[in-house]
Amino acid sequence: MELLSGAEMLIRSLKDQGVEYIYGYPGGAALHIYDALFRQDDVKHILVRHEQAATHMADGYARATGEPGVVLVTSGPGATNTITGIATASMDSIPMVVLCGQVASHLIGEDAFQETDMIGVSRPIVKHNMTVRHPSEIPQLVKKAFYLAQSGRPGPVVIDIPKDMTAPNGRFEYEYPEKVSMRSYNPAVRGHAGQIRRAVDMMMNARRPVIYAGGGVVLGKASQQLTDLAHELGFPVTNTIMGLGGFPATDEQSLGWLGMHGSYESNMAMHHSDLILAIGARFDDRVTNATDKFCPGARIVHVDIDPASISKTVQADVPIVGPVDSVLEEMLSLVRESEEQPDQEALEAWWKQIREWGQYRSRYHYEQNGDNIMPQEAIQALYRVTKGDAYVTSDVGQHQMFAAQFYPFDKPNRWINSGGLGTMGFGFPAAMGIKLHMPEQEVVCVTGEGSIQMNIQELSTCKQYHLPVKIINLNNQALGMVKQWQDMNYESRYAHSYMESLPNFEKLFEAYGHVAFTVTRREDLEPVLEKAFAMKDQLVFVDIYVDPYEHVYPMQVAGGSMKDMWLSKTERV
Amino acid sequence: MRRIISILMENEPGALSRVVGLFSQRNYNIESLAVAPTEDPTLSRLTLTTEGSDKVIEQITKQLNKLIEVVKLVDLTEGSHVERELMLIKLRATGAQRAEIKRTVDIFRGQIVDVTSTVYTVQLTGDGEKLDAFIQAVGTMGVLEVVRSGVSGIARGEKVLSL
Ligand SMILES: Cc1ncc(C[n+]2csc(CCOP(=O)(O)OP(=O)(O)O)c2C)c(N)n1
Ligand SMILES: [Mg+2]
Repeated sequence: MELLSGAEMLIRSLKDQGVEYIYGYPGGAALHIYDALFRQDDVKHILVRHEQAATHMADGYARATGEPGVVLVTSGPGATNTITGIATASMDSIPMVVLCGQVASHLIGEDAFQETDMIGVSRPIVKHNMTVRHPSEIPQLVKKAFYLAQSGRPGPVVIDIPKDMTAPNGRFEYEYPEKVSMRSYNPAVRGHAGQIRRAVDMMMNARRPVIYAGGGVVLGKASQQLTDLAHELGFPVTNTIMGLGGFPATDEQSLGWLGMHGSYESNMAMHHSDLILAIGARFDDRVTNATDKFCPGARIVHVDIDPASISKTVQADVPIVGPVDSVLEEMLSLVRESEEQPDQEALEAWWKQIREWGQYRSRYHYEQNGDNIMPQEAIQALYRVTKGDAYVTSDVGQHQMFAAQFYPFDKPNRWINSGGLGTMGFGFPAAMGIKLHMPEQEVVCVTGEGSIQMNIQELSTCKQYHLPVKIINLNNQALGMVKQWQDMNYESRYAHSYMESLPNFEKLFEAYGHVAFTVTRREDLEPVLEKAFAMKDQLVFVDIYVDPYEHVYPMQVAGGSMKDMWLSKTERV
Repeated sequence: MRRIISILMENEPGALSRVVGLFSQRNYNIESLAVAPTEDPTLSRLTLTTEGSDKVIEQITKQLNKLIEVVKLVDLTEGSHVERELMLIKLRATGAQRAEIKRTVDIFRGQIVDVTSTVYTVQLTGDGEKLDAFIQAVGTMGVLEVVRSGVSGIARGEKVLSL
């Protein structure tokens, strides 16, 4: 057996785990590890400009591929800078492994230089975290971290590594474990057969069914199964903003997405349904609106890998704990075998009603405001230019909602956004993580002039590693989403929601060696986007000045049911 | 309703703080908490009492089960069970009170475990109500200090919480 130091074992374990890239930033407590990195070529390290960006890069990669992203940082400030990114991944159940340096064991607890209790600080936002107590444990802990991050309901895992654990003079027998087993951790491998049968019975007797599919369908690689089941049953499907692409948005049975800024038809269909088939979704407050008024006539089947997600906010009638792909497969075969069929007349009447809602307020509705470029039309132009096939990451704000509304996703893993935590600054590094692994794919970040400035330092990383992502800035010269709330709830008192002195973006991007275009006229919109996307080898920033007054609609009325919505600044239903 | 939740978990550093952290993070309340290693040194047993609606208790048990170090848990209040708490109580004991305290201790089947010329230290086990009742009974006699272990519990009959 080979004899390696702790640091060498750490890097070898990553290699043996199949890790190609890690994202990070060095510092004292991590220097033994960085030295071991330097002396090999298998695991490649991307030097970011801020540790938060490393976590979002890892996260973007994980969302696009389903594989855990890996981050390496030093102790203290390096570790605490990852917190926002870990919380972002945690809220959206994204697999991630974060390796943090720590001060040497004998210094822990002494307020040593750059000491932070990372285990304590990260505890509420990780799936699990652990400390290395002996160098020889490292391969085992790495294996365990990847297993935990990826299996069951995925999530981030932190390994805290005191500096003495990676000292170069240590020599330990290295062997990467084939597998791990933990007596205290056994995620469900299939759903309960009796419950699945009950659910199928309910589907057969439903008159106004809706399939409500969340990010779990994307994470659980179950979009094909979902699509097959929906087609077999002829039921309408609405996705959460995390689940976009889990069912093809351009499919006839798609109602678009649901919730606070979801489509009119989705929210109406949910409210009036008699059966909700919730798959890999978690009845988030941005979906349900007031839970006491939630879908009064609906019985609920809830499929999720995490039992704690079931009946947390809304009581399920038929809970099914299991991996969504296998549960959906079992449902499909029961539906196919069944002698029964849903009442076709009732289903037709239901579809007729849904189509009427869809006509009353199209999913793609907005009004022009003079010559201003509307943010929605900018997204529609982006859709045309990228032929609807790009990986689209987004930041947080109005632009995020417009992107989700006006760029229909037909494939899973293409829409990458921080839905749970709502982290401004997420979109750009996430796009970088995807582009790095998929250089042939078109990767676009839709952002706002507020959000992009939260991780803009990464332009330098893009220069260093040649990451030609495209950045589409819907420039409304304001923290638009905040301003919208101030318009609606605070009589337009714009407390700090405007961006008074924007940088000269063209010069800024040029300074980093990239390209930027500014668009102020509608007729330039599509040609400039074409030009930007034709520049395959360049990072291009397209700064689109959009209507500064536009709001995102529909918008659910706070405290109401799903069907209580503002449809425009003046129309409330 | 008040519940007694009993947990077997890996006897590892940090496991306890995860359980306690969960309660504050999710806004659940802990009334009492008792924890110690078991006969299997790799496992520790934690007993906690909490209060909440059925819905909250369901969430608490699910969230506890999600903690990686939690191996198994049971809500003892779901079945018949034995519940005990240990109390040490220091009382001012002078003059005529000495006999009075002794009598009360006997009635409650407690023991005087330490004596000075002015102080009795009493040990008492029972459920929470019994301990409360004792404190009430001696209350007028000068309670100097009370320490309670928190509730421990075990199911009646064949039912066991083990691996
Ligand atoms: C890190 C962080 N801080 C604050 C917020 C609150 N917030 C939500 S949207 C928003 C405005 C975003 O502005 P911009 O990026 O310009 O997008 P717009 O809404 O204008 O499209 C803010 C401040 C947040 N989501 N994330
Ligand atoms: Mg803005």
